[in-house]
Amino acid sequence: MIGLLIVTIFILTAIFGPWIAPYRYDEIIRGAARQAPSADHLFGTDRLGRDVFSRVVWGARDIIALPLLASALAVFLGACTGLFIGYYGGTIDELVSRTMDGLLAIPALLLAMVMLGTIGSSAIGIVVVITLLYTPIVARVVRSATLNIRDSGYIEAAKLRGESTAFILFREILPGVLPALVVEGSLRFSYAIFLTASLGFLGLGVQPPSPDWGRMVNDARDSFSQTPWALWAPAGAIALLIIGVNLLSDGLRRIFRYEGQLV
Amino acid sequence: MTTPVIAAEALSIDYKLEGGWANALLDISLEINSLEIHGLVGESGSGKSTLALALMRYLAPNARISGGRIFFDGEEITHHSAAQMRALWGRGFSLVPQDALASLNPSYTIGEQIAEITRLHDGLTRAQARAGAIEMLRRVKIADPETVAARYPHQLSGGMQQRVTIAMALSARPRLLILDEPTTSLDVTTEAVILDLFRELIRENGAAALYVSHDLGLVAQLCDRVTVLYGGEVMASAPVTDLFKRPLHPYTISLLASLPRPTTGVETRLPTIPGAAPSLAERPRGCVFADRCPAAEQRCHDEKPALEVIHDGRLIKCHRWREIADGSLQIDTSPKTRGVDAAPRPGHVLQAISIRKTFGRRSLFDRWLGRPSSGVRAVDDVSLAIRRRSTLGLVGESGSGKTTLARCIIGLETADSGELELLELPLSLRLNERKPAELRELQMVFQNPNDALNPFMTVGAAISRTIRRLDRTLSREQLHDRVSALLNAVRLTPEYADRYPSELSGGEKQRVAIARAFATNPALVLADEPTSSLDVSVQSVILNLLKDLRAEQGASYLFISHDLRAVSYLADWIVVMYLGEIVETGDVDQVYLAPSHPYTEALISAIAVPDPTVKQGRIRLEGELPSARQLPSGCRFHTRCPRKVGAICEQEAPPWQDCGDGHFIRCHIPADELRVLQQTPPESAVVNALGD
Repeated sequence: MIGLLIVTIFILTAIFGPWIAPYRYDEIIRGAARQAPSADHLFGTDRLGRDVFSRVVWGARDIIALPLLASALAVFLGACTGLFIGYYGGTIDELVSRTMDGLLAIPALLLAMVMLGTIGSSAIGIVVVITLLYTPIVARVVRSATLNIRDSGYIEAAKLRGESTAFILFREILPGVLPALVVEGSLRFSYAIFLTASLGFLGLGVQPPSPDWGRMVNDARDSFSQTPWALWAPAGAIALLIIGVNLLSDGLRRIFRYEGQLV
Repeated sequence: MTTPVIAAEALSIDYKLEGGWANALLDISLEINSLEIHGLVGESGSGKSTLALALMRYLAPNARISGGRIFFDGEEITHHSAAQMRALWGRGFSLVPQDALASLNPSYTIGEQIAEITRLHDGLTRAQARAGAIEMLRRVKIADPETVAARYPHQLSGGMQQRVTIAMALSARPRLLILDEPTTSLDVTTEAVILDLFRELIRENGAAALYVSHDLGLVAQLCDRVTVLYGGEVMASAPVTDLFKRPLHPYTISLLASLPRPTTGVETRLPTIPGAAPSLAERPRGCVFADRCPAAEQRCHDEKPALEVIHDGRLIKCHRWREIADGSLQIDTSPKTRGVDAAPRPGHVLQAISIRKTFGRRSLFDRWLGRPSSGVRAVDDVSLAIRRRSTLGLVGESGSGKTTLARCIIGLETADSGELELLELPLSLRLNERKPAELRELQMVFQNPNDALNPFMTVGAAISRTIRRLDRTLSREQLHDRVSALLNAVRLTPEYADRYPSELSGGEKQRVAIARAFATNPALVLADEPTSSLDVSVQSVILNLLKDLRAEQGASYLFISHDLRAVSYLADWIVVMYLGEIVETGDVDQVYLAPSHPYTEALISAIAVPDPTVKQGRIRLEGELPSARQLPSGCRFHTRCPRKVGAICEQEAPPWQDCGDGHFIRCHIPADELRVLQQTPPESAVVNALGD
């Protein structure tokens, strides 16, 4: 419940950001650099005189939209892959699974940096990289859930009446793996936020002057002693958002476990 | 008078459910003396496991004793603390659980697990305890106990695991042994051996035992006294002979009548008990059994009968037992015959010729290196034919290949070689090469009703989907009517169409699965142990249903089971399989009567007859089913055969002997000689069930 509340507030902030934020994200307010939080500037201003609150509000868009898009894509691709290899098993499963294991053996952040370094940093780049990184993880979860269902009587009954593979995968098996998929998807979302913020911090995120929370943390690092609020605000926002998404994911898990008992 | 080992007086147990306490057991009285084996019988949900655990004071945290007292060796233990009980558990009571593998710790060796008990209870040293453990294993008849003691639980077969749990339960020499359906997951032949062992060990230890079971045959053969539970109340309790020979309670009478036995008539039906067992939440004002009782009066619905003592500890809870006892009230258990003619027709519905299936364990890596397959030959050159409108019973222990054969026929596995003919036309071995017209002639009822239905689809959706695959021209109304008709055929109301599988009981799910199998009007329905996971009273309902449907819909069955009683009730032709091969085939009478293959003889003899006065000269199969990876040479049965004649059995595969009328036996012993031999059981293997 709390998770849902936090996430809803952040999403609303992202949508209505331009109306909430008192200033534009790149607006430099003259003579107002390095101001402590006040009624005018809720989170103060940074060393260039930009309103930190406005930048955090504007930044919510990218930090939510990109991971959401990426994790949704990863869930979609992962579900398809997982259902497919879980259902068929055999050689194709071994090949795909071992390839994915190989991919997962490399630290995610490192791989993301290398890929972004190669293709250049952009919003689309970030989405593509995160999708590629998280698809195998989702696929693994879906695959193991599929393995549990694959040999059930009702799947065999469907085969015996000559159903197509697509029907069996998406109409017979998918409903059964959906709980696991939703929970995994929400978890992937929180990790994707974290990864996006990390990439931003390392300078591989959305390029300036767009307000990126990770980059904001990095920028504020140098002047931490003078403008600590410029660091605390985006860092706190990242933490709060991730906590919110995780709580939401826990909640979903509990709901599904309860329903799982009924089924 | 001797003090009973365990006694319960008017014991009541409640469970905490959402928003209050629900009564699970009401006014249970029970006494077990030493050397006595007390049977506890009831359907699932009748509270028999709860009672067994309650006697040990080992209840779930959400249960409480709401009334009554428990005595152990004359001492009241109703209010003992957990610490006081801990001294009694193990030494006073021990439990042999239903699922042996789940109750053994997978990360300790067998020897360590048994030794741990004596180290704790008798303060033995490590070396002494280890020696003791090996001695215990020897006593439960495990060959080569030193080796077994060093193994881990998963390395043993199911029968061995169960022996280990028995060894553990006995190693602290308990006064009371509680056996909670310890043989339900075992094969009949293994079951028979384990039961002999119980009998012997209980006598040797001077212990008492409570045997929880739903199998009346076993109880009749094993127990001295029996208590029948229904809806958490004692219905009757009596010495075993009285209960089986002169049952007085309508429930007991109906339960005994519903057991399948070999029938001679074509279309007799099993008497069944209508309705379902009551739920925990709503305990009726009157007799708990009144709703399903064939002799219920108004009084039975209004007033709860008292638990009366007839004589010598024979208890009964029924308003009308006196009328039953003096014969003025007859409980109608006569099977209802249905006037549908369903004699087998000429011609075959299905023929399988030389089916072979080997399960390889070749991984990608093995194939790449060109390593040979070390396959399991699950089905080895098996041929069979199913006549129209008949039932072929396929019998064998687990590992005999019977399920694999069925799956090859229906196409869920692809046979390596062989030919299939459906309705006298060739049928592809591969499921995806079969035409829709062929698919709809072959349907299957699965063993486990719980995963036979998609939990996210309503009953109606599941059935109508199957119909639509057959006939896409049906209108919505026609489809709806057809679903209702099918539900009717399996004795369910049309309202069931809107329910989800989670809202159904096991028996109801199996009926829906049967309805779905019949949705396409198939020529052949494969039923893989369709009753094995159901209660006795539900089993008879399903068996009747299958028999009725065969008559009404004109289908044939391939009925797979390890339960010879159920097979002989339903089947008119029987095929016995052992290690991937057919060893005997014939009609029901031919298979049941001599001459029969020694393996069939052992299977038949392992069935516990629900009649305590019948002394069963039981034949016990020694040893374990050999691995299908390394098949025995010669006759595959020679390693366990009680009638092995000599070297020829080990060297040469036995010939098929024609015993007339299509009755074939695969054995080296000539049929006439077998007939003579089987008048008397083999000397070496006779165990008189109640002889001592």
